Amino acid sequence: MPKIRPEDLDRISEEMRRTILLRQGAGRVRVIVHMDTCGIAAGGRSIMKALMEEIEERQIKDVLLITSGCAGLCNREPMVTVELEDEPPVKYVDLTPEKIKRIFKEHVINGQVVIEYTLAIEAKG
Amino acid sequence: MERYRTHVMICTGTNCISNKAWEIKEALEAEIAKRGLEDEILVVPTGCDGFCAVGPIIIVQPEGIFYQSVKVSDISHLVEEHFLKGRPVKSLMYVPPGEKEPIPKMKDIAFFQDQRLIALRSRGMINPERIEEYIGRDGYKALAKVLTSMTPEEVIEEVKASGLRGRGGAGFPTGLKWESRKRAKDYPKYVICNADEGDPGAFMDRSIIEADPHLVIEGMAIGAYAIGASYGYVYTRVEYPLAIKRMEWAIQQAREHGLLGENIFGTEFNFDIEIFKGAGAFVCGETTSLVTSIEGRAPEPRQRPPRTELWNKPTVINNVETWANVPVIILEGAKWYSQIGTETSKGTKVFSLAGKINNAGLVEVPMGITLREMVYKIGGGIPNGKRFKAVQTGGPSGGCIPESLLDLPVDYERLTEAGAMMGSGGMVVMDEDTCMVDVARYFLEFLNSESCGKCSSCREGINAMLEVVTNICQGKGREGDIEFLEELGAAVIDASLCGLGQSAPNPVLSTIRYFRDEYEAHIRKRRCPAGVCRELIQYSINPEICTGCLLCVKICPNEAIVGEKKKPQTINLDKCIKCGACYETCKLKAVVIT
Ligand SMILES: Cc1cc2nc3c(=O)[nH]c(=O)nc-3n(C[C@H](O)[C@H](O)[C@H](O)COP(=O)(O)O)c2cc1C
Repeated sequence: MPKIRPEDLDRISEEMRRTILLRQGAGRVRVIVHMDTCGIAAGGRSIMKALMEEIEERQIKDVLLITSGCAGLCNREPMVTVELEDEPPVKYVDLTPEKIKRIFKEHVINGQVVIEYTLAIEAKG
Repeated sequence: MERYRTHVMICTGTNCISNKAWEIKEALEAEIAKRGLEDEILVVPTGCDGFCAVGPIIIVQPEGIFYQSVKVSDISHLVEEHFLKGRPVKSLMYVPPGEKEPIPKMKDIAFFQDQRLIALRSRGMINPERIEEYIGRDGYKALAKVLTSMTPEEVIEEVKASGLRGRGGAGFPTGLKWESRKRAKDYPKYVICNADEGDPGAFMDRSIIEADPHLVIEGMAIGAYAIGASYGYVYTRVEYPLAIKRMEWAIQQAREHGLLGENIFGTEFNFDIEIFKGAGAFVCGETTSLVTSIEGRAPEPRQRPPRTELWNKPTVINNVETWANVPVIILEGAKWYSQIGTETSKGTKVFSLAGKINNAGLVEVPMGITLREMVYKIGGGIPNGKRFKAVQTGGPSGGCIPESLLDLPVDYERLTEAGAMMGSGGMVVMDEDTCMVDVARYFLEFLNSESCGKCSSCREGINAMLEVVTNICQGKGREGDIEFLEELGAAVIDASLCGLGQSAPNPVLSTIRYFRDEYEAHIRKRRCPAGVCRELIQYSINPEICTGCLLCVKICPNEAIVGEKKKPQTINLDKCIKCGACYETCKLKAVVIT
């Protein structure tokens, strides 16, 4: 193994950043996937898998994935809540892996809510 | 990059391991694989989380959910409910004594709230066997900083300005110690990490090494650079196999990464470390004995000056926790560090809280915190609604502090003034059922067997004190015994060579100082007010409370309890051996001690 130089410490730190942020529960974004028996039956696991693929492919360090129980809207699952720092949480419903990938790119990464998939819009319309 | 979404941090400190942490880890991994979650959930073994009273402990990140008293049989449910379905398991969460609602998150639990972590900064956060995780939390950055941008003099100035004092007992200013060895122009020089930790019940230093061995290595390397040493020893004892294993592994990883060895960070600085395993005698923690032990001779203390030197070369010996503070001081700066603590005692101190206290465990608190906060807030108070009586600080030769001094701030000077000492951080809480004369006897017994025997004042003096105190406990005390103990104690302190003898009378002197009435009751009234000393107590059964359930009859090993079923029982005093089994068994408290 080559000897470490001072600048290598920053490289290793950067490689470990996702791990450390996760353990501190500190991320820029929290994506909460509603699981429970109902969520899983509706396809919640495929949503989780799609999110993990996005994180891995894009090498995203500061997004935390959290599972939670039923949010009380079983017929609108799979369902996800996206929480950006300092912004109110946004609930997305009736998700598919394709929809969640779009949400990941537009909302989680670029901060633009994908209004057509949100719960609020559906409720109004 | 690691893709896992959840990290399951399982405490694998010695205490949780003895409660099956490794089996739990295996069960977790098997169950996670069974559910097809092995690519999503990582199980990470960590060092001691501190809240030993409720171990084995698991912390689930990123949510920060704290699970306690986990058993192998809980795992299948836990994995299905929490990791698969996202429903945290309430029945495994912590419920504070006397309350009903569980507290899901670690950060909301009182035990953790007033702590301030420096030496334990990575506890529960990293796998101590992976150097990348240490580096991920700014590890080895302080060493890089001193080697590439600071002179040894600047490092020493920084440590001096921080106000850091030795955490191993005496509280000597660390920067001054380094400066005096830097001035010596005799090479090679050595740095030694004192990880002997022989105090009964103390586990601060062992836990620091088990949780974060690289922090200690980095601190030692910085100290070595400052004084001009190129070799170091970690002096520990064979009784700490896990600490040894993690330290060995860390040293090897550091070598592989070029963080120990020659030309560290491409500079001229060379430094390497070796572990020395002592056989575990209390006196080996004393520096002059420690050094003779490494040199291969019988560990006996000797007169100082001259200074403690290994192989007659300039040597700096610091305690584990002292070394662990150094990298943080360098990174955050002396100014930051010296804002924590009191006028004379800066930074934090790690304590092992033990005895009659709800939240027994390992805590790190800012200097200056009061004993009351430690006992009642972090420690959660005394179990079973009992009354606090004293807290013993400073290890076996520390002192007992009474309730009237609970608002004393924890600081080197204040503790010494109170007749106790900081010591290395043992803190034993005692309740109303503790006999202070018996406590003094217990510590004297330990010190008597650990005295190396070199000085007659220590060897004979402790023995004589033990004899007198034992007599008092057995109801054979005489008028004048207390005064004799005070006089002999002063002589032992005066005439002994090393810290062992010089502090051995502390437990007796401090209990006489604050609990003289208990000594007097033993001597004059032949009574043990706390109901502990066997020769001075009698067990009896209160016929008005006893229902004749016969539980005590069944547990009595000597058939001393007689009576008819469903009628009050009586104790035959001729047969009673005063083991106390009936007292502990009776739920109605019908068995009384007089
Ligand atoms: C009997 C006896 C036992 C000691 N045991 C320890 C020990 O286990 N660990 C320790 O660090 N210091 C112990 N000390 C204190 C050391 O002599 C010494 O003061 C300390 O290691 C210096 O490091 P520091 O300045 O960082 O505290 C002991 C002292 C005495 C008298």
